[in-house]
Parts: sequence; C-alpha cells; structure tokens
Amino acid sequence: MKLDKNCRYTETHEWVRVAGNLATAGITDHAQSELSDVVYVELPEVGDVFDQGEVFATVESVKAAADVYMPLSGEIVEVNEELSDSPELVNEDPFGEGWFIRFAPSDLSELDDLMTPEEYQEHVAKEEGGH
Amino acid sequence: MSYIPHTDSDRARMLAEIGVESIGDLFQDVPESVRYPELKLPPPLSEVEILRELRAMSEENADLDHYACFLGAGAYNHFVPSVVGHIIGRSEFYTAYTPYQPEISQGTLQAIFEYQSMVCALTGMDVANASHYDGATSLAEAALMSVNISRGKRHKIIVSPTVHPEYRATLRTYTPGPDLTVETLNFKPQTLNFEVESLKFELDNAACLIIQQPDFFGQLAEASELKHLADVVHKAGALLIVSADPISLGLFIPPGEYGADIVVGEGQSLGNPLNFGGPYLGLFACREKYMRRMPGRLAGETVDTEGRRGFVLTLSAREQHIRRERATSNICTNQALCALAAGAYLAAMGKTGLRKVAELCYHKAHYAAQRIGALPGFDLVGSRPFFKEFVVRCPKPPSEINQALLERGIIGGYDLSRDYPQLENHMLLCVTEMNTQEEINRLVKALREISADT
Repeated sequence: MKLDKNCRYTETHEWVRVAGNLATAGITDHAQSELSDVVYVELPEVGDVFDQGEVFATVESVKAAADVYMPLSGEIVEVNEELSDSPELVNEDPFGEGWFIRFAPSDLSELDDLMTPEEYQEHVAKEEGGH
Repeated sequence: MSYIPHTDSDRARMLAEIGVESIGDLFQDVPESVRYPELKLPPPLSEVEILRELRAMSEENADLDHYACFLGAGAYNHFVPSVVGHIIGRSEFYTAYTPYQPEISQGTLQAIFEYQSMVCALTGMDVANASHYDGATSLAEAALMSVNISRGKRHKIIVSPTVHPEYRATLRTYTPGPDLTVETLNFKPQTLNFEVESLKFELDNAACLIIQQPDFFGQLAEASELKHLADVVHKAGALLIVSADPISLGLFIPPGEYGADIVVGEGQSLGNPLNFGGPYLGLFACREKYMRRMPGRLAGETVDTEGRRGFVLTLSAREQHIRRERATSNICTNQALCALAAGAYLAAMGKTGLRKVAELCYHKAHYAAQRIGALPGFDLVGSRPFFKEFVVRCPKPPSEINQALLERGIIGGYDLSRDYPQLENHMLLCVTEMNTQEEINRLVKALREISADT
C-alpha cells in the first residue's frame, strides 16, 4: 500500500493535501485497490460547497459504486476533468494524476480531525484484521 | 416441506417489535364485514365444463374481431404481423425478465440490444434502455432522472396539461417520496394547448418540462415551435422530456432533432396487442451525457476473449444491486417479452413499413375527421395538424353516443370530460390502419343517426 507523507487521511479512505489556501483531495491507494478497476467518477461542480464528511463525488468500479466524502469543509474551485476520459488514473496514480478536486477549505482546524499517514496505515491494518 | 421462511418465534419477535398481539391485528383497518368474507363458490366443474363457461363469459366482451374500434387515448389498435407471435412464442425467449448471465443468454441479450438500437433510431437519442413497464412509468422515471441530473438541486417538475392524464397521475404517485413538486401548466381549452407565456417563469429552478408529441389530443406541434421550446427549457437549465407515439416517429421528425434530452413513450403500438390494458411497454431513451443517470437495464455489445461479438448487461453500477439504497431508481428489470415483440415488429416492418403504417393512420384519420366535421352538430376542435387522433365537439354527451355506437357494433371515442371538465361533450377519436373505409363510413352514418335521435 502506497502512502503520501504530505497528506492527511479520513477513516473513509480519502486523502487531502493542503498548500497555502488550497486543498487537493482524492481517494487513497488502499481505496482504489479495494474498488478494483475504476470505470467512472462523478465529480461535483465548481462552486459547490460541502461540509466536512458530506458526499461530494461517487466512484464506480467494475464491482461497486462508492460515495466519496469531503475531508474538510470548503468550496470546490476545480475538478479533475481528465477523469471523465481516463478514470483509470485513479488506479494508476491515486495521489497524483488521479486527484478528484481542488477546493478552498473554510476551516483548517478541521485538519486535526484527520489521520496522519502512520495513523491511517494502522487504521487500514485494523480494518483488514477485522475482515 | 414448508417454504415459509419465518418461524413462529420469528413472527412473535416481529409482532413484539411493532407492538401488536397478533397478525390479525394488522388488518383491523379493513372493515370487519369484508375482512374474511365467506366465499360462496359453486361445486367444482370438469375441465370441459370450465372451458365452456369461461368461453361464454369471454364472448360477452366487445372484442376487436367483432367490433370496429375508434378508441385510442394511449392504447392503440395496430396490426401485429404473425411473425411477431412466432418469435416471442419461442421457448428460448419465453421470459418476462432480463437474464443476468451472458453465458446462457446471448440470444435474449442480442434481441434486447437490437430493440434498444431501434428505439434510438426512432427517437433520435444515443442510448435506450431495455424498457420499462409502460409509457406512464417511463415518463415518471424520466422526471426522477431529470431531478438526479440536477444533483438534487432542482425539485420541481413542469408538465404540460396535454400529456396523457393517466401518465400525469402516475407521475404524482412517484413524487411525494422524494419530496418533489409537480406543476401543470395552465390549460387553454380553446386551442387545446398550454399557456406558453407563463412557461419561462414556471421553469425557474425546474428540473424538466414534460411534453407529449403528438399530444393527448393527437395534435402535432411544428418542429420550429418545439425547437424554440427546447431552447427556452435549456436556457433555464432544465431538461426537455418528450413522450412520443412510436408509430408517429415513422413519419415525423424524431424528438432528438428538436432538442429533447429524454424521450419516453408507450411501446404497445409496436407489435403488442391491446390486451385489456397490459402488459405494455415503456420506451426510454436519452442523450449519451445522461447515460449514467438512466434507470433500468442496459444491454451492450462487446467482444469475448476470442474477439467474437457478444452481448452483456452493462453499466450495472447505476443499479440497485450494486448501489443499494443510493441507487437513483428502483427499476431493476424490464418488459423483456413486450420489448422482444416490439423489436420483432420493427424488424419486420422496417423503415418503409413503419412509415406506411403511419401514413395510413394519418390519411384515414383525416378522412374520418373531415367526414365527421361535416356532420350537423359535430365540430372539429383544435387548429393544429394532427396524426391519428382528433377531438370532436358532439351534440350529446359522449357516454350516450358511445352506448348507441356499441349497439351498432362500434367502439366509440374517449370522453374527454373525464379528465378535462372544460371539455364537456368532447370526444377523442382514433383511427389507425386497422380501420377500413367501410368502418369509417359506418361510424359517420351512425353518428348522424344518433345525433338526429332525440
């Protein structure tokens, strides 16, 4: 399982990376490997505003459809248009080319609710142990 | 061996959970007198006696082998070539449901794929599903889909009063759950149309406008008018949903050409008999960009591991068995047998055959309208071109006229005052390729006699 040291993680397997006033988010390497081949990502519209934990996207794979939850509250400023033609980017490069959204976080203190890479790794290990 | 999965203790737990003593308590809203009515059945009969009795009962029906029919209003008497019965009677096809396993269902899946392809060609849309229960459910599903396409931001559905009244009633049964509102545009009885002036205002924050073409009164709007309507709808950020008669599409331009986003319709006319009102067939097609919001089953073409052409159900991630409670529709099946009949019908008729059927309907209906309109006391209503149905203002209530027609071996038209109180004494008549000139002349003569009777 790949991890990005510069990201924070949710229990529902999203990652978020904050740089200045902007944040980028997507789903984790673990999430993409559980979903298997992603065939479609339904993204929000620029200007949509979501609270932390709200569903902002849906990802469809050959075996499941999963909701994707907002890691931090904020307003969407850009969506990854590449994903409409190349949803496989989510599988190939979940922390890079396979990003979902860029947004303007409204409350950076919410970062405290999220997990560090180490904590996330433990979370995944615990979830897998539970299977 | 009992196949009832609930044990006595299961039942006791469920009753305790909802706080009632016995299963009988669940029926206390049903009046005592009808709760367990005594069945006064006659003694049993032999098979031959039963058949004789049932045949005698069925012969009391006014069926289309013995009556001339001028009733339409959503269910149409069209010719069904005998090849249709032969195809759908084959045991390999004999199921009402969509098969899941491509390994054993290539024939059925190919038939569905071909049906879908022909629906696309007819409607001018990019994608069609494997069908719905009937035209009314297709229309209601299309309305829900338009709300989903707005990502739940729009909750208002605008519908023309010239859409089939029963389709609008079905739509209203769909909308309270998801908390949607349905607004019907004002009806103008003089022109049998809706008020276009107020449309722009109504469309504000609406998910869709639903129209019917030809409308419930059989009338056709001009293509330029429809294009303009589509523009107004799209500028307001809404979708245009068109309910269309598939036979009319053999002759007139498909809704895809004037800007429809979703096209639905009743497919019974295509190779399915009237069947006392069902089972019927809901046509459903849309533009490619809305494909992932489309309800229902979809058969797709692909290749197998050896590169051979094959067919599978596709885009299942939209559906309930994968998306569970987040699915956007409850529809997980289709009317496979009726769709197969429609596919066989369209394949048998071909493009020119379908056009010919539509032309025959058009010309015969216009002959009938012209003759009836010339009768004293009868007036044609509506100023627009029409296809196979037209509205006549009668000198007497349609119920009286229809009773007198029935006595003469003729099934008369639809009494429009049932749904439109402003249209008292108005009748909707339908003429298809099945009506001979002799039948039409007989109808005209009968109407003259009936109106002269005081």
